[in-house]
Amino acid sequence: MAEPPVEYIRSITRQYAKLGYKPYTWVYNTDTPPWQPLRKPLAQSRLALVASGGIYRRGQIAFHSKDDTSLRLIPTDVRTEELRTSHFAYDQTDARRDPNVVFPIDTLRGLVREGLLGGLTEHAITFMGGIYSSRRVREEVAPTIAGYLEAERADIALLVPV
Amino acid sequence: MTMSSALDITRAVNPPRAVFNDFPLGHTAGKPLEPAVNREIMIATLRAFETIRTPGSIELLPFEWSPDHSWKHAGAGEGDNRAPRTEELTYQSEDDMIAASEGKLAEECIVCSNWSPESRARHSAG
Repeated sequence: MAEPPVEYIRSITRQYAKLGYKPYTWVYNTDTPPWQPLRKPLAQSRLALVASGGIYRRGQIAFHSKDDTSLRLIPTDVRTEELRTSHFAYDQTDARRDPNVVFPIDTLRGLVREGLLGGLTEHAITFMGGIYSSRRVREEVAPTIAGYLEAERADIALLVPV
Repeated sequence: MTMSSALDITRAVNPPRAVFNDFPLGHTAGKPLEPAVNREIMIATLRAFETIRTPGSIELLPFEWSPDHSWKHAGAGEGDNRAPRTEELTYQSEDDMIAASEGKLAEECIVCSNWSPESRARHSAG
């Protein structure tokens, strides 16, 4: 039977209280989000994939779990077999069997081949999203990613959190 | 466009455009080894670039993880099963750690300024 989506904020807040942890400060953005209309048809747009599931490529440095705000650039022609995950807060079993569940690189490459999407930027951008400081995300991680999106001449960005 | 598997968190963050897949966490973009389903999910996601016209909209996608929704109750009421947070780099395998120590892909690793001196030292030492 269909059930409503899980209420993560409520259940995590309750769990933290039960474990005696300090309450987590959730981000509530109440302003109208910024808006950029689509500039080109999708079939002519270059997409940048940005994923927070701790994906790295074999040969790259892995992530650590204590507010690691570093990024990895993954060439979008990477062999899928070279992709790895490093994250402390989600079950990586399926991501390690098939990285596409958190890093849809084969899915996107397929749609580029089909002509539904114009192309991909030279690199995808990844990080380990278990960063507890929203200030660091806002002030360090997001502006750095935005800089790379410009440098990679992305028309559109697809964010894949975990 | 933001993909999401946590509707309440995405509502709170309020990104410009989002699609919601009612899947267990760790599967934001689809199902393992099911490229045909994942293609449909991505086509629906890309289509939302064209159809969402109001900032802050979240389109609910029609895909179902499984007819059985018991996964939604898994883990509820349990303790904290996350690994403790440390500055140790967590490789998927020891082989990866050795490959990284060879340093060939260092240029693709952007280390931001907030790494502590200890983790920088560990990083440069490989």
